[in-house]
Amino acid sequence: MMDTLETKRKFRQVGTRPIRPDGIDKVKGRALYGADVTAPGMLVGRILRSPHAHAEIVAIDTSAAEALSGVKAVVTGRDLVAQKDDFFRDIQENCLATTKALYDGHAVAAVAAVDASTARAALKLIKVTYKQLPHVTDVDAAMTPGAPIVQGGRALETVPKGMSANVTNQVEFGHGNLDAGFKQADLVVSRSFTTAAAHQGYIEPHACLAQMNADGKADLWCCTQGHYFVRTTCALLLGMEASQLRVTASEIGGGFGGKTVVFIEPVALALSRKAGRPVKIVMTRDEVFKATGPTVVTSMDVRIGMKKDGRITAGEAILRYSGGAFPTGTVEMGASAAFAAYDLAAVHTLGWNVLTNRPKEAAYRAPGAPQAIYAVESVIDELCQKLNLDPLDTRLKNAARKGTLSSYGPTFDDIGLVATLEAAKKHPHYKAPLGKNQGRGLSAGFWFNFGGNTSVSMTINTDGTVSVAEGNPDIGGSRASISLMAAEELGIPYDKVRTIIADTASLGYNENTDGSRVTFAVGMATIHAARAAIAKMCARAAAIWGIDPEAVEWVDGAAVPAGPNAGKFPPMTLAEIAAVANNTGGPIAGHEEFTADGAGVSFGVHLCDVEVDPETGYTTVLRYTVFQDAGKAVHPAYVEGQMQGGAVQGIGWALNEEYIYGADGRLQNAGFLDYRVPVASDLPNIDTVILEIPNPGHPYGVRGVGETPIVPPLAALSNAVSHAIGLRMSSLPMSPPRILAALSHKG
Amino acid sequence: MQYAKPTTAAEAARLLSAASGVTRVLAGGTDVLVQLKAGMVEPDLIVDIKHIPGIRTLQAEAGGFRIGAAVSGAELGEHAALCAAWPGVTEGAQLIGSKQVQGRCSMVGNLCNASPAGDAVPGLVAANATVRVEGPNGTRDVAVHAIPASPGKTTLQKGEIITSIFLPARAPRSSDAYLRFIPRSEMDIAVASAGVNLTLDAAGTITAARVALGAVAPTVLLVDACAKAIIGTKLDATALAALEKAASAACKPIDDKRGTIEFRTKVAGVLARRAAVIAYGRAGGKL
Ligand SMILES: Cc1cc2nc3c(=O)[nH]c(=O)nc-3n(C[C@H](O)[C@H](O)[C@H](O)COP(=O)(O)OP(=O)(O)OC[C@H]3O[C@@H](n4cnc5c(N)ncnc54)[C@H](O)[C@@H]3O)c2cc1C
Repeated sequence: MMDTLETKRKFRQVGTRPIRPDGIDKVKGRALYGADVTAPGMLVGRILRSPHAHAEIVAIDTSAAEALSGVKAVVTGRDLVAQKDDFFRDIQENCLATTKALYDGHAVAAVAAVDASTARAALKLIKVTYKQLPHVTDVDAAMTPGAPIVQGGRALETVPKGMSANVTNQVEFGHGNLDAGFKQADLVVSRSFTTAAAHQGYIEPHACLAQMNADGKADLWCCTQGHYFVRTTCALLLGMEASQLRVTASEIGGGFGGKTVVFIEPVALALSRKAGRPVKIVMTRDEVFKATGPTVVTSMDVRIGMKKDGRITAGEAILRYSGGAFPTGTVEMGASAAFAAYDLAAVHTLGWNVLTNRPKEAAYRAPGAPQAIYAVESVIDELCQKLNLDPLDTRLKNAARKGTLSSYGPTFDDIGLVATLEAAKKHPHYKAPLGKNQGRGLSAGFWFNFGGNTSVSMTINTDGTVSVAEGNPDIGGSRASISLMAAEELGIPYDKVRTIIADTASLGYNENTDGSRVTFAVGMATIHAARAAIAKMCARAAAIWGIDPEAVEWVDGAAVPAGPNAGKFPPMTLAEIAAVANNTGGPIAGHEEFTADGAGVSFGVHLCDVEVDPETGYTTVLRYTVFQDAGKAVHPAYVEGQMQGGAVQGIGWALNEEYIYGADGRLQNAGFLDYRVPVASDLPNIDTVILEIPNPGHPYGVRGVGETPIVPPLAALSNAVSHAIGLRMSSLPMSPPRILAALSHKG
Repeated sequence: MQYAKPTTAAEAARLLSAASGVTRVLAGGTDVLVQLKAGMVEPDLIVDIKHIPGIRTLQAEAGGFRIGAAVSGAELGEHAALCAAWPGVTEGAQLIGSKQVQGRCSMVGNLCNASPAGDAVPGLVAANATVRVEGPNGTRDVAVHAIPASPGKTTLQKGEIITSIFLPARAPRSSDAYLRFIPRSEMDIAVASAGVNLTLDAAGTITAARVALGAVAPTVLLVDACAKAIIGTKLDATALAALEKAASAACKPIDDKRGTIEFRTKVAGVLARRAAVIAYGRAGGKL
């Protein structure tokens, strides 16, 4: 269902910055996160993980662990229901391996015991007989003919015969005549790039508490970005009916896409079923790094042709992505997004997903797009440098607009790229002087955004307040934004509305908090629910006044007679109607269950200045400005927070974050000491400029904003560093040893 | 696991020498507790030394300073006279961790954890500091440089603990400096580091120097060739280049996730040069 934009609407609440409703609890340490829930008789669950990158599981002997005093249950892959569908079988195998351990850290068994030290001791008593197999963690190596095969028989029909069995997906996008395009170019630049796998790095590790009763009914509390998806998956893996499993989402200490996945929940349920007691599992940080997240690791080739005046004549990208040991479709998003910012006559992208002995990739903000766009924006920057062109003017010259046939197929409606580029060009940052060893980089970025299945219920309470129940865990302040939209539509103050995240038994299905969909889709459902409640309130007023319901309209939070013919009655406010509701027909509520379409794509432009110490390769980020189209910023502080957070995470990917594997295929940096996210003192203030080019698909014009901001930083940083050191960098992260090595080879 | 809280050094030594199995001394605990939580060690006995009289005292002695083994980084930083006399030693100690960690961490813990990358150690070695060791066989004073044996191991014997550090009296026109390289701006582990301690004559010529390098060998390096490269000079460009070269030449680093051999070798030289310039200025020299 798609909505039309109310272009003339004057907002009263939307666009303000009220205090976040979850703020005080979080600041005071009272918010209940995944690990904070307890139950009487609760056991501690712990997971045994493969120490090998790739190994056949010959046998698992759990008898000694089961015999240990204090151990109440031990489970292995055999305790989960074998799934037929590939998608769910992969989740099942990732939760507990049955035949092969596919990466260092792959779960193979689990115990529930009376305390943590007993559980740890029990893990040591589980005897797993492994037959080690050759492994491969490098994406290019995994594509070569003799590479160890991670999983055979997983290639989709789109993959041509003769490729390595590790290649599972092939995707292609584009239009126009590439050869002709390259012939028209005055300059063609081709370059190869690599990016490392990066972890979402949320502060809160995965945690859950499962309680399965003897009658087969179960409750699960967990930290997730989507408890409905958790319910679907756990019900399948445990062989339960969905109605028998109620899942409640805790507060969430970060997710960034990495908690749209199920890891420990089915294991905790299986343990609880066996033990007959509640079981809590909390991952250690080491487990989080080894067995959850990260992004794809990539190797890419990009070729772009340009005229002397900056017009791009042709663009081509070949992407090799690995999402770890299980097939993933992320490369499709990379191949779709690579050239999406540009209006091109000839464009072609080809992508493969390749299996490696790494953990199963999880979504991370705009999955697949930052990498491909990094490669494309780096080559555009190099072309501008070599043709002596202004990089912003050049992007403006090629920018996609309303009516552009996008590189991935659809024709764009109203989009904000040109406005965003122009805002960057006007900004003082763009012309600010630079010193020695300093460089400026910029990049455009794009993300599709998503809508999806959504349910919201709204209750008008008799005291004139409003309760909104929605089903999407709040990771970016969405409760505030949803309350703002409810208040706006109903015409009541923000603080009269409280929005909660309901459990899976209380609302219809909700897709995950992902795809930058919540403020857009849940917001739209809330507006619809409010309109349904308003219709009922108007009907109540009409009944009280003895006039036709059609003769009543809702103005500024009150029912009023529509026009002079309807009769003369003083307005009845929401509170006045609510106060008498129980005597005039019963409780008043509104709800919406729908599929939200019309999520408008979003564009961002990042500008960044760096200084590189030529003797150590150390990069200091001096200045950073984010420009982004938000459609309509419902709560501008949260929009800025998303823009800043994405930039900061992208800075981390660009400079230091990477999964480092040893020759043994084991992860060497499974902790925050050697997996280096930026610390506060590494960063300048991230300045933000919000643009509002309304999305025609939302009544208030809202676009998702959560993912786009991680797309441009990689190329913005790489372009800035390349200018600062006078050398084109083409591999991420640009850690000091890499920069210094590049400089020393330059001589 | 047993936890003991002795009130004399002799009792601590007795407990440790009588213990069978794995033992750990608990000073600030910023290494021990982290290792415990991560399951890296499971000690049978933990001896908390913080209740031994004098172990948390910092006082002047013989023109220098005696620093109790459990004095924290934050306490060092608040001691104006110590910071004025030994800015290199105190800046090394204060680079450890964050504000929270500074409230607990000790230089002796840093030394006895025996990481090649410990930030307090190169400064202490450059300073020619000694530690007082108390053990089953009595008390002895040992050069800091002689404590680290290999990564994670010290030369302390079973039952021995360190009770204090001694920083000697300063000649006029002396100062020191410490620099480390980390890929971030804080909360990280040195990939290479350098401590430089200098004395100048009235004309600004270097008369004495000690240069120590961290994270570029299994244990901290005291590099005589670096000292030789700058003694007798006013730290001119030639001397600085010779210092840098000597420092790089002394490195015996490993390739690991934190840095390559090539990187550590080059950067150790750069840091030695930069630290020498800072120490020279602090000692009153003009470049
Ligand atoms: C968040 C964080 C950041 C850190 N950052 C840094 C950093 O930047 N640089 C750095 O170098 N280190 C860093 N560390 C490591 C640690 O803080 C330092 O090594 C610190 O100096 C240890 O001192 P402590 O008093 O806490 O030692 P403890 O943990 O109490 O002890 C450390 C070791 O020394 C032994 N020991 C302690 N005292 C004695 C004694 N008197 N006699 C004999 N043996 C003894 C113990 O048995 C143990 O093996 C960091 C640690 C954390 C948790």
